[in-house]
Amino acid sequence: MTLKTRYLRDRIVVSLLASMTALVVIPLCVIIAYVGINGIGALSWDFFTEELGSPARAMQGRPTGLAHSIVGTLIIDSLAVCMAAPVGIGTGILLSEFPDHPVNPILRVLTSTLNGMPAVLMGMLAFSLVVKPMGRFSALAGSFALALVMLPIIARAVEGVLNITPWSIREAGLALGLPRWRVTLSMVLPAAKRGVVTGVLIAFARAAGEAAPLLFTSFGNNYMNTNILKPMDTLPQRLYSLAISPYRQWHSMGWAAGIVLMIIVLASFAAARLLSRESAGLHIKSDRSKKPESNKEV
Amino acid sequence: MHYAQTEVYAEDPKEQVLHLERKEDDSAGEESASAADRILRMETQNLSVYYQEVRGVDRVDMPVYADRVTALIGPSGCGKTTFLRSLNRMHDLTKGARVTGKALLDGKDIYAPGQDPILVRRKIGMVFQKPNPFPTMSIYDNVSSGLRLAGIRKRSILDEAVEYSLTHAALWNEVKDRLKSHAFSLSGGQQQRLCIARALAVEPEVILMDEPTSSLDPKGTASIEELITMLKEEVTIIMVTHNMHQAMRISDYTAFFYLGSLIEFGRTKQIFTHPREEKTEEYVGGQFG
Repeated sequence: MTLKTRYLRDRIVVSLLASMTALVVIPLCVIIAYVGINGIGALSWDFFTEELGSPARAMQGRPTGLAHSIVGTLIIDSLAVCMAAPVGIGTGILLSEFPDHPVNPILRVLTSTLNGMPAVLMGMLAFSLVVKPMGRFSALAGSFALALVMLPIIARAVEGVLNITPWSIREAGLALGLPRWRVTLSMVLPAAKRGVVTGVLIAFARAAGEAAPLLFTSFGNNYMNTNILKPMDTLPQRLYSLAISPYRQWHSMGWAAGIVLMIIVLASFAAARLLSRESAGLHIKSDRSKKPESNKEV
Repeated sequence: MHYAQTEVYAEDPKEQVLHLERKEDDSAGEESASAADRILRMETQNLSVYYQEVRGVDRVDMPVYADRVTALIGPSGCGKTTFLRSLNRMHDLTKGARVTGKALLDGKDIYAPGQDPILVRRKIGMVFQKPNPFPTMSIYDNVSSGLRLAGIRKRSILDEAVEYSLTHAALWNEVKDRLKSHAFSLSGGQQQRLCIARALAVEPEVILMDEPTSSLDPKGTASIEELITMLKEEVTIIMVTHNMHQAMRISDYTAFFYLGSLIEFGRTKQIFTHPREEKTEEYVGGQFG
């Protein structure tokens, strides 16, 4: 093979990769643009300060908005993160740091099953475990359903990021005569902080867009409610019901709900990345850039 | 395997200060150390290490004398690192690794049932090939981590331990004004001294060093070598090295490993000038390795 053909092949492969990437990015840009164009007109001061109320409000031209859905989304999603993160991170730690633990095979099956389960089933589960015993729909039940969506994603992400955390950190801690759990919590987890945060965020982003698990758990509400024991509104679910409503004004409010939802997800990504960058992030990066070498000799 | 077995030591650890007639020839005459020179800190008896069914270290009997530097030399894959890591039960964490035989610390087998590997590692610290300071911690936190995370909270004790360890690791003067800065702000040689300070802070009896200078430049290497020579006043050091000149420069005893077996153990001078075994002679003479 001549040098020329090698260069040619190289260029072909690179352009192939570039076009594949474009294929993925183009639909994303189209969706964002479409949502933006359709929804931007409905974004007004009222949109962020008023609650939806009855359809009559929109028809009579009275101020109406989705303040209650935005607040509800924030409450339900953060509550869900609070439920899922500790359990998910704990599961990830067990899978990665204690690989021989007897519950791990079961745990692996459970997380994969949970991961592959349609989100609407999480809603069913939350319905029978929370809504039925409580006797009513509630934000709490919605959070529980979303936590079930997040759980396997967090567990897998944490397991993955701990697996690529340099082994030398653990050895250093263990050589000081510290027990394994101490080394995990005080050395390995802080070193993997950035990856853990990213994992939680990916789970959050995925769950924040789910409407199905909330249909018969948090149920929805046309009015502002901050009591987590009562039905509450969320943006994805509201987006759905606005989209199938017969009112034009509500349709454009649905597009606007999409914009707000995207902004919430993006903003939490940015915030969490910034927060976790401060101590751990930068340095683990420099540590990982050096190729790990095996210390083992036989 | 020939190491001068002239000393007879008692079963009782208290009586382990050995009185031995120094008539062995490996002292090469001019080593004017007294009988008390030879206090046994560790000893392995018939120690083998297996990975799955492969035997990486084969029935090694070796003494480790207190407050001396013992160098483990041998070609790559000869089992010296494996042997070193079996001396503080680091292999407990390697899947499929298994140890048979005994490794005595002050007369007690660290592999005896009921021996807690965590306590073993408190007494037998370790420094690794590549400096591995904790990436999220400051210099101060790195050094104090062993004590802090074992439950010692009192600031004055920690401050004292940090100063003591950094001083003994010959790093105090360089970092005393920036204890709060990040461990990665140090150079490679400084990072390795930081790791030594971290190991010293928990006051171990023995420190195992796995090629502690192999990732350092000549300047960093010189600083670590100088430090090791000073440190042996306080602590027993067992060191794996690929560099025979380094073993000659800083160790008191040398053990030559080949294919998982201990071929020869003796005073460093003897090993390098009058090796008893043909294999040792070939290796130190540079015929293979």
